[in-house]
Amino acid sequence: MGEERATLVLAEVTSSKNITGHTLELMGLGAKLAEQDQGRLRALVMGSGVGMAADELARHGAEKVYVADHPSLQSYHPELHLMVLKNLLAKEPFSILLAGHTSMAQDLLPRLAFQEGCGLVTDCVGVDMDVSSGQLLFHKPIFGGNAIASFAIKSLPRMVTVRARVGEPPEPSLSPGEIIYLEMGDPVETKMRITGRVAEERQVRLEEAPVVVSGGRGMGGPEGFQLLNQLAEVLGGAVGASRPPCDAGWVPSTSQVGITGKVVAPNLYIAVAISGASQHLSGMVESKKIVAINKDPEAYIFKVADYGLVGDWQEALPVFTSKLKECLQERG
Amino acid sequence: MELRMVVCVKQVPDPDGPPSSFQVNQETKRVTPQGIPPVISPFDENALEAALRIKEAVGGYITLLSLGRGFSKAVFLKAMATGADRLLLVEGNSLDPQALDSWSTARLLAAAIKRDGPYQLILTGRQAADTNAGQVGLGIAQLLGIPSISLAQKVEVVEGGLRVERVLPDGYEIVESPLPALVTVSHEVGELRYPPLPAIKAARSLPQDSLRLEDLGVNLLGNLLQLTRLAPPSRERTCVLMEGESPEEAAEKLALRLLEDKVL
Repeated sequence: MGEERATLVLAEVTSSKNITGHTLELMGLGAKLAEQDQGRLRALVMGSGVGMAADELARHGAEKVYVADHPSLQSYHPELHLMVLKNLLAKEPFSILLAGHTSMAQDLLPRLAFQEGCGLVTDCVGVDMDVSSGQLLFHKPIFGGNAIASFAIKSLPRMVTVRARVGEPPEPSLSPGEIIYLEMGDPVETKMRITGRVAEERQVRLEEAPVVVSGGRGMGGPEGFQLLNQLAEVLGGAVGASRPPCDAGWVPSTSQVGITGKVVAPNLYIAVAISGASQHLSGMVESKKIVAINKDPEAYIFKVADYGLVGDWQEALPVFTSKLKECLQERG
Repeated sequence: MELRMVVCVKQVPDPDGPPSSFQVNQETKRVTPQGIPPVISPFDENALEAALRIKEAVGGYITLLSLGRGFSKAVFLKAMATGADRLLLVEGNSLDPQALDSWSTARLLAAAIKRDGPYQLILTGRQAADTNAGQVGLGIAQLLGIPSISLAQKVEVVEGGLRVERVLPDGYEIVESPLPALVTVSHEVGELRYPPLPAIKAARSLPQDSLRLEDLGVNLLGNLLQLTRLAPPSRERTCVLMEGESPEEAAEKLALRLLEDKVL
């Protein structure tokens, strides 16, 4: 019954209506899981004017792409998007539903899981097949990243939200899949109404920056973040923070790196005056290289860092920034 | 009519404890806290703060609801003393938070709320600090068939319902909903106020009720997830410390080393 064992990827689109990098990674991961599950890979994209995204999905391994294209789906609405998924699941059986651990899926998937009575594992950092039991295991950090739990899901479809950089983008396929436009009924009355959106601008998106420079409680106030901005500028990076500076209002809360803020994995993460609370570590520990600057030699952050400097950031940072600036300029 | 609010709170080991205080037992698949006190899960504290602000603005009656076992009286008294009106505990030896998945937890809480209600507003934290799942709040609302809004940074009760600022990756959106409704609260709401000492003493005389598992009619064997393995994280690296007579000297060495190792 190959037909009945499809893996469904819940795709998301960027503001320019392409599929997101995270979605591409899910297509790669989904292809692997579908293969182990002897099933097919399919995708669902919801939005307004998402034909181009559907084509991309069809060219990246989806045997079928379901498209829900309607002006009311332009931006995420819990009730409307839930209804599309509910209707699709009522028509087509799936064995796995894969979504990114994104703003949308963190809201949508719990609703769907409870609607359908299905088990859901959120914030997955890995998926693999347990050979002895033939079960798929979903790994996720619990207790703020102090333990990694592996779950099997007893209901179908198995629902999961996966962190960025867990899957690898697939090679484009030679024969594109079929694109199926879902029938959109008449617009419905929703109980909840979204009456406004307020954007808080930032220059480089934290999740995409190659370098992230973050400050912690030890920065002592908003002024110190000026030095971090200068360093980030020299390195073409973005500035983040652990939770205390955000709670204290020194920096916008959108700067928070951690299990409840942004999860980042840049080439270089520079942690300044951050002690290394678990909830922060969970948001940056996958970074390729980690530099820690802290005046407390016992700070836990040094245990997860590749390079460390024990000392006062107020003395170290200006020299560090100007030396890097000088050398990078010389290199051109 | 007085606004009836229920805030769901969970007792967890202090998530700000150092990593060494979370002992992972791979045999029993349990995390045992060592030398750290129990606290109310921080986002649940934010949810209580949101409820207190609503009570200040429009009045209301706040019931604090918790489910579990081995409750610390001191932890709940302190939370009650911030301005809650009543405590409702669902306590039982079989209610081990590490053995219940989101599905079971939400079903138990939804049953308790239904039995104890009606409520106009249910508040929860965005996720618990131990399971980090972020499902129970939205799950309760789905089971009760009421609207729910996640990740609130501001919650107001206005004419005709609820006005919530919901956190987005790059800003926020404004969501309006009729009551009854459920809101999951994020830390942007602000920290829970600290109760004055006399209030903590006075909190002892606030009404306290309890429900037993048998009162709820929920089967505990209904987990949809099966924990098959629990392991400590592998996150430690070997750190090269920069030596120097002064932080300035070490900083210069660090810059050169990063370039030499082609990190930059």
